[in-house]
Amino acid sequence: MNNPFRLNIEGLERVLVSLQQKGYEVIGPRHTDGVIVYDRIHSIDDLPAGFVDELTPGMYRLTNNGSRQFFGYTLPPQSWKRFLYPPRRELFTFRKDGKSFGLAPKEDQTPAYAFVGVRACELGAISIQDRVFSSGDYRDEAYLSARRRNFIIAVNCSHAAENCFCTSTGNGPKAGAGFDIVLTEIVNEDSHYFVAETGSDVGTSLMEGIGAGRADESDVDAAEETIRKACDTVRKSLDTSDLPKLLADNTDHPQWEDVAKRCLTCGNCTMVCPTCFCSTVEDTTDLTGRIAGRTRTWDSCFTMDFAKVSGGNFRISAKSRYRQWLTHKLSSWVEQFGVSGCVGCGRCITWCPVGIDLTAEVSAIKGGATKQESGGSR
Amino acid sequence: MTDTSIIEKRKGSSLSMVPSLATIRRVIWETDDTYTLLIDPPRGDGRTFAFNAGQFNMIYAFGTGESAISISSDPFRSNFLAHTIHRVGTVTSALSRLRRGDTIGLRGPFGSSWPLEEAVGKDVCIAAGGIGLAPLRPVIYTLLRRREEFGRIMILYGSRSPLDLLYRVELEEWSKAPNTEVIITVDRGDSSWKGHIGVVTSLFSYLKMDTPSTLAMVCGPEVMMKYTCEELERRGLSAGQIYLSMERNMKCGIGLCGHCQFGPKFICKDGPVFRLPQIKDLLDKKEI
Amino acid sequence: MKPQDLTESLHKHPFLSNMNEELLKTLTSCASNVIFSEGTYLFHEGEDAKTFYLLRSGRVVLEVRGGERGQIRIQTVGAGEVLGWSWLISPYKWHFDAFALEQVHAFAIDASCLVSKCETDCHFGYEMLRRFSEVLERRLEATRLQLLDVYGSAISERGENY
Repeated sequence: MNNPFRLNIEGLERVLVSLQQKGYEVIGPRHTDGVIVYDRIHSIDDLPAGFVDELTPGMYRLTNNGSRQFFGYTLPPQSWKRFLYPPRRELFTFRKDGKSFGLAPKEDQTPAYAFVGVRACELGAISIQDRVFSSGDYRDEAYLSARRRNFIIAVNCSHAAENCFCTSTGNGPKAGAGFDIVLTEIVNEDSHYFVAETGSDVGTSLMEGIGAGRADESDVDAAEETIRKACDTVRKSLDTSDLPKLLADNTDHPQWEDVAKRCLTCGNCTMVCPTCFCSTVEDTTDLTGRIAGRTRTWDSCFTMDFAKVSGGNFRISAKSRYRQWLTHKLSSWVEQFGVSGCVGCGRCITWCPVGIDLTAEVSAIKGGATKQESGGSR
Repeated sequence: MTDTSIIEKRKGSSLSMVPSLATIRRVIWETDDTYTLLIDPPRGDGRTFAFNAGQFNMIYAFGTGESAISISSDPFRSNFLAHTIHRVGTVTSALSRLRRGDTIGLRGPFGSSWPLEEAVGKDVCIAAGGIGLAPLRPVIYTLLRRREEFGRIMILYGSRSPLDLLYRVELEEWSKAPNTEVIITVDRGDSSWKGHIGVVTSLFSYLKMDTPSTLAMVCGPEVMMKYTCEELERRGLSAGQIYLSMERNMKCGIGLCGHCQFGPKFICKDGPVFRLPQIKDLLDKKEI
Repeated sequence: MKPQDLTESLHKHPFLSNMNEELLKTLTSCASNVIFSEGTYLFHEGEDAKTFYLLRSGRVVLEVRGGERGQIRIQTVGAGEVLGWSWLISPYKWHFDAFALEQVHAFAIDASCLVSKCETDCHFGYEMLRRFSEVLERRLEATRLQLLDVYGSAISERGENY
C-alpha cells in the first residue's frame, strides 16, 4: 500500500459532507425493504451497519448481526449501472402543430454522482461499460458525461458470498483500479476505522482537505489481513482459459438444451448484471396526438421479441436465448470489446429464480466439449 | 474516477439517437404492399446527405416508432433519398400513409457498404431476392453511371410473382445498358408471364461467369442468400468474392442497443454488408 | 446433321460434359435434332413419355392444369438444361404440359432406344442414371426453396414493430 490514510468513523462522515459540499449527489448502500439498495445517502447513519447477506443460487437473505460494520454485506441486487445507465432515459419529444414540427432532444440532467461502497467486481463492471459505450464510432455521451463527473469510493470486501467468483475473472476481491478512494474497513473490539488509499488526485486532495491522517504500519497490516481473508473465502470458480473459443465452438452442445429446460427466460440475470447493456426504445404520444416522445429502456436478450423482425424471429427457443446471453457475456464480448463481459459478481446466480449457476453451465460444457483440433470421434 | 484514456472527450460522432426532420416528396407504390418514399434529405448544417451504397437509415414515424430501412436511391444524386419499404406492421403502415409534404424523422446513414471500389475492373454479379433489390439499387445506379470502369454486369432478380417485382421500368432500362444482363425469375407465374419461373439459384445455369474476375453481391431473405452463396461457390467463386447484406432487429443502428448481434458481429455497425468469410460459420448455425 | 457432328454438339451440352467418347457415341445413336416453334407444346400431361430433351436454346415452361385456376406455370427450363424424366419412371407418362415460350432447339433422346442401351451396357446405364440423379437432386432442392415462399417477408425493413 502506498502511503494510505487512516479514516475513523467521523472521518468518513466528513468525507460524505465534503462530497456534498462539492456538489456531488452521494449514492451509497442503505437498508430498505429487506434488501440493501444503492440510493441517496446523507450521512453515515444511512449506511447499513450490521447487515450481512447470504447469497446462494436463487437465494438472497439479509440479516443484522448487530455488528458496527458498515460494509459487512457483499452485493445488493442492483448495481451502480442504474445511475450511470438509467433503466429509462427520455431521448426526445416531437411536437406537431398542424404542418409544423418541432423536435426537442431531452437535456441530460444526470447529476455528478459520488458512489460510496463500490466493490472490486463493480469497478470492473464500470470499466467494461466504459468500453461498451465508447468503443464504437457512436458513443453514449450521456453515459460518458456521467462518468467524467463521477467520484468513486470503493470498499474492499472483507469476505465473499457463496456466489462470488471474482478471483476467477481477475476482478477482486481487492479493488485494483478505477477508484478515487478505496477503503478497507477494520472492525475490532476496541476500534472501528478505515484504511484509505487514493487512486486519483481528486481523491488525494479530498482526503487531505478533510484533514485525514496517515495510517501506521499496524493499520496497513490489518487492512492487508482483511483482504487476504476475503480472498480465502471465495469458493466458486470459473475456468476462463480458452473460454471464448470453447463457447463459440460448442453452440450445439447438449447442455444448452439442458439449461433451457430449467431457464424461465425471465431476464432477471440481465437486469441484475452490472455489464448487460441491451436497450430498446418506447414511442408514446399524448392523448391529443400532438406530442410524441421516445424513451430508451433497458431490454433483455431473453425477451421473446428481442430478435424479432418483420419476417420472423431469429431466436424463438429458450435454448437460443440463454445461449445468446451466455456466449455474448463470456465469448463474443471479448471479440467486440477486448474483455470478457463477466466480473464474477454472481448476481445472475443469486437472482435466478431457479438458481441457474453460469459457472456450473460452463463446467458442464467444458466437460463434454467438442474440441475442433481433436481428430474425430473415438 | 474516470479512466480518461477510454472515456475522454474525443472528436467524431456522439450518441446519435435523435433524428433529423425530413420531408416526404413523393410516395410511389411499387407493388400492392411495397412503396418507395422519396424524401428531401435533412438539411441540418447545410451539407448534402452523403451515403454509400448499402447503408441504411433509421426512419421514424411520428409517435409510432422507428425502422431501419436501407437507402435505395442513387448515391450520386444527393438532392433526394429513396427508401423502398414493405408494409408489414405498425411503423411501415404509418409510413405508408404519409403524403407529399409530411414530415418524418431520420437518422443515418449507418452501416457498411457494398464494395464498389473493389469491383472496379471486375465483372459484377448482383443476385437479389424480393425487397433485397432495394439495397442493391444504389449499386446498380453506380455501376451504370461509371459503366466503363466495370466489366460485365449480371443482375439476377427473383420475386414471388410478376406482380411483386420492384422497379419494373428500371429493370427494363438496365437490361439495355451495354454488356449488362438482367435476368428475372418468379416463384409463381401465370400464362401472361413470359420470363423465368423458378428460384434465383436456377438462373446461374444461364450465365457463364468468368469466375476469377467476378465479384458477387447478394441480398434477399436469409435462406435465399444461403443457397445463392452455395451456388456461387459451386460455380467456382471463392467465398472472398461474395458479399451479402444481413438483416436483424435494430433499435439504435449505432452498435449500442445489442439487438442486432449475430455472433460477435453487430449487423448495424459491422454490417449490414459483409464479405462472406466474415460470417460464413455463423450462417450455418441455428438461431444465432 | 451427320452423326459425327451430332456427337460433337452433344458433347458441348452441360448435361453431358466430360462424358467419354464411347458412351457419347452410344447416346448419339438414340439422339436427334429437333426444333419447336414458339407457342407450341413439346408434350402434354398424360401422354406417353417417349423422349427427353437436352435444350440448346429457347425456353420451355412447365404447366399444370389447374382446373378453375387455369394453366399454372410452375417452372421454366432453358438452354443447357434437361427436360423430362418421366420416360425413366413408371408409368412413363408426362406429368406436365411443356410449352415453348420461344423457338426451342433441342436434342431429343429416344427413350426406348436409351433404355435398351442402358440395359445392355451397365456402365452406360450407370453413367446416365448418375447424371440424371444429379439433375433430379438439384431440381428437388430448387422446388423445396420455391415452396418456402421466402419472399413472403421483407428484407429492407429492420424494425421490431415494423
